[in-house]
Amino acid sequence: MIEAVGLTKRYGDKTAVYNLSFQVRPGSVTGFLGPNGSGKSTTMRMILGLDNPSSGQVTIGGYPYRKLPNAPRQVGALLDAKAVHGGRHARNHLLCLAQLSGIPARRVDEVLGVVGLQDVAKKRSKGFSLGMGQRLGIAAALLGDPQVLLFDEPVNGLDPEGILWVRNLMKSLAAEGRTVFVSSHLMSEMAVTADHLIVIGRGQLLADMSVRDFISHNSADFARVRTPETEPQQREKLTAALTEAGGQVLPEQDGALRVMGLPLPRISDLAHSADVRLWELSPHQASLEEAYMRMTQGAVDYRSTIDQRAGLQQELPPGAMPPPQMPVPGQGQPGWYAPPPPQQGGQPFAMPQAQPPAGPPAGPYGAPAGPGAGEPNPYAQPAGAAPAAAPAQPSSAAPDLTKPEEAR
Amino acid sequence: MAATQVVRSEWTKIRSVASTVWTLSLAAVVTVALGVLISLLSKNEFDDLSTKDRLSFDPTFISFAGMSLGQLAMIVFGVLVVSNEYSTGMIRTSLAAVPQRGTFLFSKIAVATGLAFVVALATSFVAFFLGQAMLGSHRASIDDPGVLRAVIGGGLYMTLIALFSMGVATMLRSPMLSLGILMPFFFLISAILGNVDATKKFGQYLPDQAGSKIMQVVTPIDDDVPYGPWGGLGIMVLWVLVAVAGGYVLLKKRDA
Repeated sequence: MIEAVGLTKRYGDKTAVYNLSFQVRPGSVTGFLGPNGSGKSTTMRMILGLDNPSSGQVTIGGYPYRKLPNAPRQVGALLDAKAVHGGRHARNHLLCLAQLSGIPARRVDEVLGVVGLQDVAKKRSKGFSLGMGQRLGIAAALLGDPQVLLFDEPVNGLDPEGILWVRNLMKSLAAEGRTVFVSSHLMSEMAVTADHLIVIGRGQLLADMSVRDFISHNSADFARVRTPETEPQQREKLTAALTEAGGQVLPEQDGALRVMGLPLPRISDLAHSADVRLWELSPHQASLEEAYMRMTQGAVDYRSTIDQRAGLQQELPPGAMPPPQMPVPGQGQPGWYAPPPPQQGGQPFAMPQAQPPAGPPAGPYGAPAGPGAGEPNPYAQPAGAAPAAAPAQPSSAAPDLTKPEEAR
Repeated sequence: MAATQVVRSEWTKIRSVASTVWTLSLAAVVTVALGVLISLLSKNEFDDLSTKDRLSFDPTFISFAGMSLGQLAMIVFGVLVVSNEYSTGMIRTSLAAVPQRGTFLFSKIAVATGLAFVVALATSFVAFFLGQAMLGSHRASIDDPGVLRAVIGGGLYMTLIALFSMGVATMLRSPMLSLGILMPFFFLISAILGNVDATKKFGQYLPDQAGSKIMQVVTPIDDDVPYGPWGGLGIMVLWVLVAVAGGYVLLKKRDA
């Protein structure tokens, strides 16, 4: 059991982690998600006692890490796959870690076999690929047969076989009643590995709930509708009809329409009465990726943009048209990611004081401006129908942790 | 966590990297070879020396002349032992495994210092005997008063140089920064400060100037150094203690 209470870390006047409180429970795989620079690694380092929190504390089994008796037998961690001396053999690297906690050398060969590195045990880790480095790091984490395991981006650089192996490893470790805390950016991987999610953005807690609840709270299924490409006026006609019926329609890159808020039969009926033929009417299941994108889009610090290649282009000859730029999904298109269905209670988790991404910094980075600061939540339902009480509170999460900041 | 476990682990670490072998063997070879060379040159030039210089002639000290260069390899050894952990990121794995940072640092330093002492003492004896063999009729014997103290002192001196470097590297973390400060300091700055009259009073209290007094058997005629061989080594030990304590305090409170 890992427990963080009011965890805060400041580096100078930059706040990396602010008032983070969560629990990681044994017996399940807990995913730790957040955009780049959101404070995941800082949090992991604080859990391991490498960085001292500016305030608050984090404990493992009730002890701060530095006070934990025989820590390497209780906690195993993979922080950075490249954090090994490149001139040292893989086996010696593990051996020096094993000797620290009185683990016999036999166990070193055992874990080398588990991660599949026995053939390169006497090779210097300098020559290892990223995936081999990850395997070595995982071996180090497994060495002491610990009850608590932390993995920072464990599948980074692994081959498909390795990814599958890590997925099953995490699940089996959790099934044995261990606490497994794993960060990753691979949403599809997290969707099938993790049971529970802790999501942070700009160093603050955005969500602490089960994966299923997370998806249903933050994304919705939608329908993909395609009209005959030869008749663009049909598409406009259908868009008007669907919008009139209360649907939300977004054009997709390939000419299809993304329809939210209307069930499939209703779309079909509307198309029929508008006398529009349909080439495609398909349901689209909400994914963890979409739910995550939607929740974190306001908390992304490092955002990619479309490469205009203006610096490479020569002066166009007079009269020539620049080549058309196709939009990239999710870039510069607000509302691209499907919103949660209205009956689910809109946005149950406040974004960190709803800072507009382009606005001037109102205060210290990431710090709340004060209770109930006035800006409207930009991700709330446009219908303005956010009910006062969210009906479906996540059952397994500590309720006070998942409430908006204002409630505390 | 038992310190013996950490010591055993640090021993595995230190013996499993190539830089340990390279820096220590370089320190030994350079010290001995240069000592032999300078001893040979001194013998050949002895007859041209002035009376004063002849009276100050210290065969023991001359056979240790190679240490001025050999100590640089010792500095590299001391710096790399500590800063390898930082430059590779291994420090986070190590400190996650040994949350007691004091135990971690002192075990590491104990292992590295022990190894450095064994190598330095052997180097010192070999440099002495080979150097004396080159000096021919001007040689000193190990039975002469003060000579055994000087030879063992030579081993201690090189060990303390390595230990001082470990302390500094713990404070600075970066190998480049540590070497960039220590190398010119011991190779140039200390020698300049110790030989320019204006700064001599200050320069003689620098770690290498004070520490190398232990290797002198014959005191130069116009010597006005206010401390003896063991006093000089004591001053060097103080420097080392300050460096190691500084490293410990910083490691203890700093984020890894």
